[in-house]
Amino acid sequence: MRGDRSQLEVLESEAIHIFREVAATLERPVLLFSGGKDSAVLLTLAAHAFWPGPIPFPVLHVDTGHNFGEVLEFRDAAVARHGVRLLVADVAADLAAGTDPAASRNRLQSRTLLRALRENRFDAAFGGARRDEEKARAKERIFSFRDEFGRWEPRNQRPELWNLYNGRHRPGEHIRVFPLSNWTELDIWAYIGAEGIELPSLYYAHRRQVIPRDGLLLPRSPLLEAGPGEEVFEATVRFRTVGDATCTACVESTATTPEQVLAEVTATRVSERGATRVDDRFSTAGMEDRKREGYF
Amino acid sequence: MPELLRLATAGSVDDGKSTLIGRLLFDSKNILTDHLEAIERAGDGPDLAALTDGLRAEREQGITIDVAHRYFATPRRRFVIADTPGHVQYTRNMVTGASTANLALILVDATKGLVEQSRRHAFIAALLGVPHLVVCVNKMDLAGWSAEVFDRIRAEFSDFASRLDVHDLVFIPVSALHGDNVVHRSTEMPWYDGLPLLTHLEQVHIASDRNLIDARLPVQHVLRGVDDGFRGYAGTIASGTFRPGDEIMVLPSGALTTVRDLHGPGGKPLSEAVAEQAVVVRLDGELDVGRGALICRPGNRPQTGRDLDAMVCWLAERPDLRPGTTYLLRHTTAETRAVVTTLDYRMDVNTLHRDEQPDSLSLNEIGRIRLTTHTPLHFDPYRRNRHTGGFILLDETSGSTLAAGLILGPALAAGNVVRHPAAVSREQRASLGATVWLTGLPAAGKSTIASELERLLTAAGRPCYLLDGDNLRHGLTSDLGFAPGDRAENVRRVGEVAKLFADAGLIAIVSLVSPYRRDRDQVRSTHEAAGLPFHEIHVDTPVDVCAARDPKGLYAKARAGEITGFTGVDAPYEPPGAPEVVLRGGDPTVAAAEIAGLVSETRNSAIPRN
Repeated sequence: MRGDRSQLEVLESEAIHIFREVAATLERPVLLFSGGKDSAVLLTLAAHAFWPGPIPFPVLHVDTGHNFGEVLEFRDAAVARHGVRLLVADVAADLAAGTDPAASRNRLQSRTLLRALRENRFDAAFGGARRDEEKARAKERIFSFRDEFGRWEPRNQRPELWNLYNGRHRPGEHIRVFPLSNWTELDIWAYIGAEGIELPSLYYAHRRQVIPRDGLLLPRSPLLEAGPGEEVFEATVRFRTVGDATCTACVESTATTPEQVLAEVTATRVSERGATRVDDRFSTAGMEDRKREGYF
Repeated sequence: MPELLRLATAGSVDDGKSTLIGRLLFDSKNILTDHLEAIERAGDGPDLAALTDGLRAEREQGITIDVAHRYFATPRRRFVIADTPGHVQYTRNMVTGASTANLALILVDATKGLVEQSRRHAFIAALLGVPHLVVCVNKMDLAGWSAEVFDRIRAEFSDFASRLDVHDLVFIPVSALHGDNVVHRSTEMPWYDGLPLLTHLEQVHIASDRNLIDARLPVQHVLRGVDDGFRGYAGTIASGTFRPGDEIMVLPSGALTTVRDLHGPGGKPLSEAVAEQAVVVRLDGELDVGRGALICRPGNRPQTGRDLDAMVCWLAERPDLRPGTTYLLRHTTAETRAVVTTLDYRMDVNTLHRDEQPDSLSLNEIGRIRLTTHTPLHFDPYRRNRHTGGFILLDETSGSTLAAGLILGPALAAGNVVRHPAAVSREQRASLGATVWLTGLPAAGKSTIASELERLLTAAGRPCYLLDGDNLRHGLTSDLGFAPGDRAENVRRVGEVAKLFADAGLIAIVSLVSPYRRDRDQVRSTHEAAGLPFHEIHVDTPVDVCAARDPKGLYAKARAGEITGFTGVDAPYEPPGAPEVVLRGGDPTVAAAEIAGLVSETRNSAIPRN
């Protein structure tokens, strides 16, 4: 409809343009896939961008070893459905290589990710990061240049003009690409609803044992048991993000469809990361520091 | 789902930009509790400015380093704010933020008035063709809520903006700290009868900002089906509309064919696709089309050329732009090498003064260049089309982005002719010149008004001279006839003479039918490129009135078939798109006085409009 395109169509077209630019101008792209909702949207958009052909690049899962079973199941099903090749980069391998065993695995992901990019000579890596997630991400370009050490330098980012994206780089350097930069959590859910995108069941309300800690509800699992004095109880919850099972919290919810989740997200007064991520609460610069080291 | 408005904010350091954005988010209930807790100060309400400075160094130094993007929504619209820092690296970040914006929000501190940054940001917004400009005069609480202060700043800014190409300019007096006129109407400034900022942002009409006329689809990627022989061209429509069945031309080959079908994301069949939609198009017949090709309509093609006239914003710390250097040039989906042949001038964006003999352009400097590309580009002037008129220059070695470029048009064939620098600047001359260009049908009354204007100005002591089309045909243009090509040359010559007169300090009054808009626009652009005022006056007299007057009997002859190619009878007249004045009937003396008033306020126009 002339001059009356909806917000989702605008965002979808923008993301598709970005996917096609990368496929046309870079040699060896890869799509970072965690099995979460943003990954699921990213994979759907990639399929839409290259229709009727196949998605012309593999997907890479940086595996912390601390996964929810539902997420791994979903990952394998999604990869099979889209006919893409799955690569798994194992954080445990880097742990075994003698790093501090007490270090957060979430933090170690950066090292594993960079190793996987280097070993496979990938020169572009799509990520599902959104600028609305976090302050440091709000400063991110859509095509984000990384030097030969995978570092992000916020003071020295390439200007990004119109829809002319610059993926030029020298050997060893690479580009992180964020097609969902301008999407918000609401847009993601609206798109999931509109396109009927499947997600891990964790995203919808279910009964589960939880451990209340620091104002968050952590999921009880073999990886995460209650500490002394902590009381485990059962609640109806869902996850707003799914990541490392040891530091991703859930929220109380009764939403069982994308529409109900959308309604909840519209009404919530707490940000996605504020509600769910233990690791981002340690320091206000947590994300910035991790990004500088090569996190996506 | 509501429409999306992209806005870029700008303003000097300490103008209160972060506070304004914070206030906008806070009062429109777009701040989440955990973010609010993080900025809550003991007993003193939230520190709204802290919402927007996200990086460690920014918090430590209290400055903003790079563009941040923020998202908020109201029931009426969704917003993306490109929050650009007012600090040292202003141009680079502002250009980045403004290149995709529908609206630029410029902050002015009421207690300080206009500062360099306000002008600079207005200039950049105008240069980049941001369709809407909103000036928030902030800290009105510290200015005693004074209407006079607001009016003075508005007048000063409007005066500056009148030298730029700004179409929609709105002023709002606000106090970001107290929330006056940000989301809620202020009770402190009853004299202000406009809208609060948020209401204005919700209502400003943006649907028509896109170019829906010139159909252009740069081919991004060729897509094939797995084994069904499907071959489609993927791309994002730069402008205009495409439908199945449309006759199209593919550039550079010039091959003609039709659109077989159109697909949206994931293959959804489309009956129509418009600017900014990502599509896959299939064409009839076997064609060789690849990335960098451009699909358009045969009757509406872009210009094609290797020699371009452009404005550039230099965005790199080093190297500087130097004539003679070769760069990589990205334009739509095409990439080629380009050499900068000439650096015509460097613009001082504060004074709008042109330095006509610069050696180079450094970080954050803006200048006009000519460049020659290795392979031809298919382009439109930026003013008409952001997507087919914008380009970037890259460093051949590092690949980094060096400059943003805006195509003005094809470079004029200057060859080896070198401009001789003048010893006297325009400002030093005895008087400031201008061109007044009267256009209209034969016998519309142009010459009568022009003579009257010449008399009035002479009486007022303004040097002026009337260039009458009929008279010039006895000498300057005696070799020309009335075919469109001859008319174009006629207009060009008269335009050049008028420009020389205006440069010399005279008011050149031109009275010429000049029926084709493109010819007149060309004269306008050569004037504006030279920094000379050009006033287009449309003497809009209905054709039957002209024919009834017919002092020279030409209409009668034309209608009798004795002369052909007569404007208004068997040749077209294209009225001006945006004339400075339209005259419809009335007393010629009154009309002349109105024009005289116009040239008495003569100012130099800053941005070339072509």
